[in-house]
Amino acid sequence: MEILSMGKSCDATFIEDVKRESGQDPATCYQCGNCTAGCPYTFVYDIPVNQIMRLLQAGQKERILKSKSLWLCATCESCTTRCPQGIDVALIMDVLRHMARREGYAAEKNVKTFYDGFLESVKRHGRVFEMGVAANYNLKTGRFWTGADIAPKALSIGKLDFRPHEIKGRDEVKRIFRRYLQREEAGE
Amino acid sequence: MSLMKIPYYPGCSQTGSAREYDMCTRECMAGLGIELLEIDDWSCCGSTPAHTVDHSLAAALSARNLERVEAMGHKRVTTPCPSCLTNLKTAEHRLSRKDFREKTNQLLDRPYEGGVTTKSVLQIIFEDYGVEALKARAVKKLKGLSLAPYYGCIMNRPPEIMRFDHHENPVAMDKIVEALGAEAAPFPLKVECCGAAYGVPRSDVTARLTARLLDAVEDCGADAVVTACPLCHMNLDLRQSQVNRKQRRGFNIPILYITQVIGLALDIAPEKLGMDLHAVDPRPLLKKLEGGE
Repeated sequence: MEILSMGKSCDATFIEDVKRESGQDPATCYQCGNCTAGCPYTFVYDIPVNQIMRLLQAGQKERILKSKSLWLCATCESCTTRCPQGIDVALIMDVLRHMARREGYAAEKNVKTFYDGFLESVKRHGRVFEMGVAANYNLKTGRFWTGADIAPKALSIGKLDFRPHEIKGRDEVKRIFRRYLQREEAGE
Repeated sequence: MSLMKIPYYPGCSQTGSAREYDMCTRECMAGLGIELLEIDDWSCCGSTPAHTVDHSLAAALSARNLERVEAMGHKRVTTPCPSCLTNLKTAEHRLSRKDFREKTNQLLDRPYEGGVTTKSVLQIIFEDYGVEALKARAVKKLKGLSLAPYYGCIMNRPPEIMRFDHHENPVAMDKIVEALGAEAAPFPLKVECCGAAYGVPRSDVTARLTARLLDAVEDCGADAVVTACPLCHMNLDLRQSQVNRKQRRGFNIPILYITQVIGLALDIAPEKLGMDLHAVDPRPLLKKLEGGE
């Protein structure tokens, strides 16, 4: 068992940041465990979601931000829907993921690579180009066999599109991303 | 029945891996006399990846499309995809906050002030068209077919934002299927997650969750699954062989879209509904309908 020294490791600023960015009050969680009971991903989480809530109350920033769980949460909304305290737990997980990104943590690198590649495709074409995302993912991760097992079937039923759908307003979409990045870099 | 016109946001999947969902949605709606007006030059809503990065980025990607709906002179839009639905609805919800709206509009060429309501195609059929009208329109009864209605995780959740059907036990597809003469199987995992977008980066996770769903489909004795989500469909259908290999199963369960099922009842040809474009061919099942077995 690991013992946390609360006096030394509680980061009160972290708690305030999560409260502000999520609009939720984690202090009202009384550890009933409903979120974890309904979470379909507990079997791959390194920290179950109710424990993330508890660690959050205790201001354990690093423990949380380096967790794999943040990247394996699919925002299925089960926890949010079933929380008896009305806490939007999935929203807190989303905000924690934003923070993990900003602080350079990504415990499930391949998930982040997939998400980043998806958005890169949207930025480039205005709509997501599925084949491009898959190819980019395999290239970036070196996992060249990803999807190879289902590709022949997908091809035979015409599910693979070899050309992106470029929209007329793709520069408009590019500008959304550019302005967002500029704002992030400016730290606003 | 008077002709209903509504702006249509297909969503990216429906131009690629789920193009048959777009085909059958258009056929089905035309069959019901509902005219879909595709939003001109629509763009991606950002799906799951955008909201995991930043909420105002995600809202801006959705708002570009909502603004285009407004420019068409409409206040409503429909989409077949629950992920698009959730993004458009969540954006609208968050944009009601002034500070968030300002932050989001900084990212857009044309600001969007809010005011467009998004409904899923299923919701339009269930609430606006109505089950009774559907029943009257159905020329072909789907007798002898048992379907497991699978809603997926986000079409009804969280209820405060989605505002459709029930968040633990949704029944819209059950009622539609029954009205068309088929049986709605007592499927217990209606709102459980299928593994969502992890099919690429963590296919082991998706395979396990999908296997659990397909086990339950077999347990309740259904012939096929009926879904309204292209991502659920991809995991259950295209990845079914992957599930069989990774989870040592032998599933061969057809996965249908709700708009395909309605289309069949409207006597639209299966090929027009894209039923030849699934990994698990549902056409042998249709013989059951003809009484041919």
